[in-house]
Amino acid sequence: MPYIAATDRDRKAMLERIGSGSVEELFSDIPASVRFPKLKLPPPLSEMEAMREIEALASKNLSASSSAWFLGAGAYYHFIPAVVDALSSRGEFLTAYTPYQPEVSQGTLQAIFEYQSMAAALLGVEVVNASHYDGATALAEGLLMAYNAAGAAAGARDKAIVCADLDPEYKDVLRSYVSAFPIRLEFLDLPPEAAAARSDESTFCVVVPYPSFSGTLGDIAAAAASAHAAGALLVAHADPIMCGLLKSPGELGADIVAAEGQALGNPMSFGGPFLGMLGSSAKLVRKMPGRLVGEARDSQGRRGFVLTLTAREQHIRREKAVSNICSNQGLAMLRACIYLTAMGRSGMRKVAELCWSKAHYAAGLIAALPGYAVPALTSRQEFFKEFVVLTPIPAAEIAQKLARRGVVPGFPLSRYYPERTHELLVCVTEMCTKGQIELLARSLEEAAE
Amino acid sequence: MNLRPESLVYELSSPGRECVSLPACDVPPARPPAGLMRDALELPELDELTLVRHFTRLSQKNYSIDTEFYPLGSCTMKYNPKVNEAAASLPGWRNAHPLAGDEFSQGSLEIIHSLQSWLCEIGGFAAGSLQPAAGAHGELSGVLIIRAYHEARADHKRRLMLVPDSAHGTNPASCTMAGFRIKAIASDSEGGVDMAALREVLSGPEGAQVAGIMITNPNTLGLFDRNIEAIAAAVHAAGGLVYGDGANMNALVGILRPAEVGIDVMHFNLHKTFSTPHGGGGPGAGFVGVRSDLADFLPGPIAAKGEGKIAYRLSMPARSIGRLKSFYGNFGIVLRAYVYLRMLGPEGLRAVAENAVLGANYVKALIEGTYKVKYPRRCMHEFVAQGDIAEGVHTLDIAKRLIDLGFHPPTIYFPLIVPEAIMIEPTESESKETLDAFAAALLKIAEEAKESPELLHAAPTTTPVGRLDEVAAARNPVLCYRR
Repeated sequence: MPYIAATDRDRKAMLERIGSGSVEELFSDIPASVRFPKLKLPPPLSEMEAMREIEALASKNLSASSSAWFLGAGAYYHFIPAVVDALSSRGEFLTAYTPYQPEVSQGTLQAIFEYQSMAAALLGVEVVNASHYDGATALAEGLLMAYNAAGAAAGARDKAIVCADLDPEYKDVLRSYVSAFPIRLEFLDLPPEAAAARSDESTFCVVVPYPSFSGTLGDIAAAAASAHAAGALLVAHADPIMCGLLKSPGELGADIVAAEGQALGNPMSFGGPFLGMLGSSAKLVRKMPGRLVGEARDSQGRRGFVLTLTAREQHIRREKAVSNICSNQGLAMLRACIYLTAMGRSGMRKVAELCWSKAHYAAGLIAALPGYAVPALTSRQEFFKEFVVLTPIPAAEIAQKLARRGVVPGFPLSRYYPERTHELLVCVTEMCTKGQIELLARSLEEAAE
Repeated sequence: MNLRPESLVYELSSPGRECVSLPACDVPPARPPAGLMRDALELPELDELTLVRHFTRLSQKNYSIDTEFYPLGSCTMKYNPKVNEAAASLPGWRNAHPLAGDEFSQGSLEIIHSLQSWLCEIGGFAAGSLQPAAGAHGELSGVLIIRAYHEARADHKRRLMLVPDSAHGTNPASCTMAGFRIKAIASDSEGGVDMAALREVLSGPEGAQVAGIMITNPNTLGLFDRNIEAIAAAVHAAGGLVYGDGANMNALVGILRPAEVGIDVMHFNLHKTFSTPHGGGGPGAGFVGVRSDLADFLPGPIAAKGEGKIAYRLSMPARSIGRLKSFYGNFGIVLRAYVYLRMLGPEGLRAVAENAVLGANYVKALIEGTYKVKYPRRCMHEFVAQGDIAEGVHTLDIAKRLIDLGFHPPTIYFPLIVPEAIMIEPTESESKETLDAFAAALLKIAEEAKESPELLHAAPTTTPVGRLDEVAAARNPVLCYRR
C-alpha cells in the first residue's frame, strides 16, 4: 500500500516491542459489539484508474477556459501567472503545518508577513491578518469585531446597518454568524451613503459593499463620515482587484475592511478554497480575530517572524477568545502573496484598467442592443467590472440558449431574487477578449430575436 | 534548510521592474473619473527570476512533511499524496464556477455527493454536509445544529454546553460563538470524562439547561474513553445531545463508527484524517455528520440526487442553520479527500487506523522508560509524554533540540491538564526506521539533558534564526513592512 510504510515484518517487530499479540488487540478499549464494522465503500483503485475516473468527472463540468466567460457574482475568472502555481505547490509550503515552531517555519511566516504588508497597502489599512475562510466569513467576523470593539455586549449598541445590495450569500452568512448574538441586522435597500445616514445611537457598525453586488460604486467616504458621526464603525467589503486602480476602502474612511481575495491568484475551484481578507486600523488590532504575524529578533539580533498577539485566540483564551477560528487559508494566502508580488505596483493597476475598460466597452455595446438596457449607464452610476443588464426576455432563458454556443453571459438575478426575471449580472475581466465581448453582444441580440 | 537571511519582497524591489507581461488593451481604453482613482500603490517591483528565487528560498526555510518527520500530536501530519494535487489541477476543477448551474457542474456535484455519503458511512451518520471550511467551522456548525434542535422543540433554556477539561480550545470558543455557556468537566484518573462529575452536573440544578456535551474520543491524551456509551446514555437521558470532535478520527476510521456509540453530531477534518495538505495553516475542510432527526438542520447547500439528465443537484436542508460560508465548502480540498478514499477502499482505510495506532504505541514503548507517560495505558493514534526529564530542562528545550536533530517537534504544552506535555502522533505514513530514529533522538536528548543541558537551552542552532523574542514582538507589534 503506497501510503503505509510498515511491512508485515515491521509490524511483527513493532508488536513484539509493544508486547502485544496482534494489531486487533490494540483496539480492545473499543466496544466489541461495534468494533471493525464492514464499511460499504467502493473498492480501491490504482493511481492510474483513479486519475481516469477523475478526468472523466472533471469533463462533466463546464470550464471557464473553454467558453466566453462573463459570469462573476462572487467568484471571478482572472489571470493567474505561472509562477503562482509553480511556487505555491512546493512541498515545503504545501505540507507544512501552522507555524507554531517559528525557527522551522520562517518560510511560511515571512510569506504571511509579506502578504499582510501588501494586502494592507492594497486595502488601505494598517493591519491585515493571515486570512479567513472567504470574503463572506471575513465580513461576518469583521462585523463581530466591530461589535466587540464597540463594547456593545455591555452597552446599548446592538444594531448593524447593512446595505441590502450585498451578495445574497454574504447576507445569509451574516445572519448565520450573528444568530447567537444579541445583534439586530437592519438591511436597507439604499446606497452606502444613504444607508449610513440612518446610523443612530444604537448602531455599532454600517456594512457597505465596494462595489455592490450589482456592481455599482457608492460614496464610501460619505458613508464613513455619517457612520462616524453617529459613533459607529464603517465595515466595508471590497474587490481587491479594483483596489489596484481605485481608492482603497481604508483611504475612504472604512475602519474594518473585508475582501474576497480569490481573484488574487486563486482559481475559482467551484467556490473554494477562497481567501477571506480582513484588515483594520491599528487601534482595533487587539479585537481582530485570526492569526497575525509580527517581526521579532533572536538573541543574536537576527530578524525573524512569529505568530503574535495570540492572547486573542482560541488556543489561549478558549471560550473568551474573539473567535473560534483556528486555521487560516494558508495556501490561498500564499498564492495571493505571490500574485501580488508578481503583479506588483504596475501590474495590479494594469489588470484593473483592463477590467474597467473592457467592462465599459461591453456595457456600451449591450446598451445599444434593441430591447436591452444597462441602468448603470443611463443613471450615470460608476461601476468597475460588473453591471446589471435589463433583458427583453427572461435572463435565465438567455443563459440557457447561449451556453450551448459557448457563451456564458452572466448571472440571471432570478436565481437569488425570483421576481427579478429580466436582469442579468454581467462580469468582464481582463480574460475577456474584444472578440469575446463582441460575440457576447451578438449572441444577446440573436437570443432576443 | 536555507540558513541565509532572505530579504523581504519590498527590500528586493527596484523601480521599473516587472514580472508579469499583460496584454495590451484591445478595446477603446476608458478611465475612471480622477476623483475615484487612488495614488500610487505601494507594492514591490520584481523581475520574475528574483521572485522565483525569493519564494523558493523561503520554502527552504520550512520544515514540512515532504522533508521531515512531523509528529505533531492532534494534527495528523500524514503524507499528502501527490496524486491528489495532480487531480485538483485539472482545468475542469480549477475553472469550475460555483454558479454555473447544476447542469454544468455535474462533475463537482457527484464528487460532493459521493464524499458526503462515504463520510456518513465511515461515521455511521444519516446525513452530512461538506460546507464547513475547517474543523472549527465544523464545530460551529455542529453546536448551531444542537442549538437549533432544542429551539425547534421549544426547549429554549438549554444553553449550557459541557466540555471536558482536556478539550481543544476551539470547542469552548465555538460554543461562545453559538451562544452557549461552558461548563468544564474534569478528567478521571484514566484521562477520561469523570463520570461522577458528569452525573453530578446532569442531576444538579443546571441539568435541565444542558444542551449537550462535546466529546473528543480518542481524547487529547490519545486514550479511548471506554465510558463513551455510558456518557452518551447519561447525556441523552438528561435531554442533551452528544457532539463528537473528529480531530482524532485517524484512530477510528474502519475501526468504529462513532454514531454507533451514541454520537449525534460530529465533524471530521479532511486535512487531518483524509490526507489533504495543511498548507502552512490551511485551507482545511470540514464535514459535519448527524443522526437522521438532525438532518434538516445541516448547513447547506449540500449535494442531493437529482432526476434525469441532472443526476445531482444542490439542495438546502429544510430547517438549515443556514450558510456558514459562500458556496459549498472548500471544494478543492473535498476533491483531494475524494481521491484519497477512492484509492484506499474500505480495507485500506482500516489499515490507516491500524498502522497509525501501531506506530504510536511503538514509539511510546521505545521512550516510556525515559519519559513519563501520565496515563500508562494502550494509546490510540497518539500519546502524551512529559518533558520534565532533568532539573532545569523543559519541554520547550526538548522540542527545540529535536529541531537540531532533524525532526519537527511534537505538539507541546497541550493538553493543558498534563504538565510539560509532549504530544506525539506519528501517523501511519512513517516507516519503522523513521520511528526508530525519532525515538533514538528523544533518548539522546534525555541523556544530554543530564550531561550537557546547555545543548538543549541553546537549541535550535541549525535554523535560519534561533529562538525569537515573542514577548517583545507582542509588546510592540510590527505587523507590516515599514520603509
